[in-house]
Amino acid sequence: MKFLDALLGRSKPKQPKLDALFGMTGAAITLEAAAGMRPTGQAAVCFKPASGQGFAAAAEELHDLLELAVKEAGSTVSVTDDRYGYRWVVLTDPEMEDLVTSAHLVNSTLEQYGFGPQLLCSVFAFSASGGQRFHLVYLYKRGTFYPFAPLGGERRDNELELRVKAILEGDLPIEPELGRWFALWGLPLG
Amino acid sequence: MARTRFPADAGLASRMVLTMFLLGLLYVVFVGVLVALKIPLILVLLIAGGFLFFQYFFSDRIALSSMRGREVTPEQAPELHQMVDRLCALADMPKPRVAVSDSDLPNAFATGRNQQHAVVCVTSGILRRLSAPELEAVLSHELSHVAHRDVAVMTIASFLGILAGFVVRSSIYAGAYGGGGGWGRSNDRDNNAGAVILLVVLASAVVYAFSFLLTRLLSRYRELSADRAGAILIGRPSLLAAALVKITGEMARIPTRDLRAAEPLNAFFLVPALAPGFSFSSLFATHPPLERRLEQLAQLEAQLGRPA
Repeated sequence: MKFLDALLGRSKPKQPKLDALFGMTGAAITLEAAAGMRPTGQAAVCFKPASGQGFAAAAEELHDLLELAVKEAGSTVSVTDDRYGYRWVVLTDPEMEDLVTSAHLVNSTLEQYGFGPQLLCSVFAFSASGGQRFHLVYLYKRGTFYPFAPLGGERRDNELELRVKAILEGDLPIEPELGRWFALWGLPLG
Repeated sequence: MARTRFPADAGLASRMVLTMFLLGLLYVVFVGVLVALKIPLILVLLIAGGFLFFQYFFSDRIALSSMRGREVTPEQAPELHQMVDRLCALADMPKPRVAVSDSDLPNAFATGRNQQHAVVCVTSGILRRLSAPELEAVLSHELSHVAHRDVAVMTIASFLGILAGFVVRSSIYAGAYGGGGGWGRSNDRDNNAGAVILLVVLASAVVYAFSFLLTRLLSRYRELSADRAGAILIGRPSLLAAALVKITGEMARIPTRDLRAAEPLNAFFLVPALAPGFSFSSLFATHPPLERRLEQLAQLEAQLGRPA
């Protein structure tokens, strides 16, 4: 089927995989138990806004739903657009479970409106024992996670990333191709 | 159930299938004629196959070196790499190599036989002229070419043309040297051999002409497919339309000398570089006319506008 699609030049928009995201709750526990790495209570969902009324309707419903969910869980939400034209829904909540639930709300709402292919990734912020920040990135299209530890000057702490990978290998599907661990410079998380 | 807002374009796919079918049919007929004329087919196939092999396996290097494109690292072109990174994650494809060509011509191309060997190259001219979102739209068009394996498809499609052109040349060559004794093994009489060679030349020329037209037609369909897939990927069809208009507008203002130097590479380009005043029939164009491309993008935009 894939061959035929290539031959006919009709690649289909890739649908996101949403289920693996719920593994985050367990992964956070493992990280804290094994290495004292704690979630900072911040997470974000990143997607590419589409043009047109269809997407505007989806965004509006998403906004309403988020507001409700956030009020219920006692967390906060903010939305920013980055310079690459992607939209970030940033969630703050001390409970990892609430973060995952809110993130999933964004996913499922977009998917419901047929904008699942617009989902890029979601990011969960952690702080290592020395206070250094790193992020666990979930790639929707692959259904895999990878760690991203930015240092100053657009460099990455590869050692920390590989350590996190080793710790989480049993809990989460880690992206096997290192080439796909792409950097997310300037992401709107603290 | 996962849904997509864009229904498949059955018309485009069926036109492409028809074109490929005609190409294949032409192939079969041509080989049949060669066999009927008792040409040592193995020899012809070997040499033509060699060309194809070379073109297929070195497409990335050939195209890059003729455009003087050089690969850039994420440190050299961080923004460009970030855009490609994200688009690849969005489309779930391996990241191609990224190259920049020092040319004032605002253009971009993708090459490489498969996703693992792909290169996406942009000119410094396009980097300077397009805004970041427009550049991203152009990149998503090029990445769609990679996803559709257009280099492989077009190389194989043009194989017949190469083959036929080769037969024409070698037949004429053989004819110039003693009536082509080497060609028709069973044709001992010179008279007969001369007629055979004439027939082969004629048949090959006709086949070449037809396969040329058909591969050009196929190329135009591939462009429309890449436009479509690219626009859907970024979810903003009008952005690609704007980039196309901008580039086409800029193209007309570039000095002629640059344009002519780039013409042989047109099949790989986002927008064909054609010297002004060079009139060409739309039959021969590697790219569909701008209006056709804009029309398709406007249609996609309309589909996005519909409420769910």
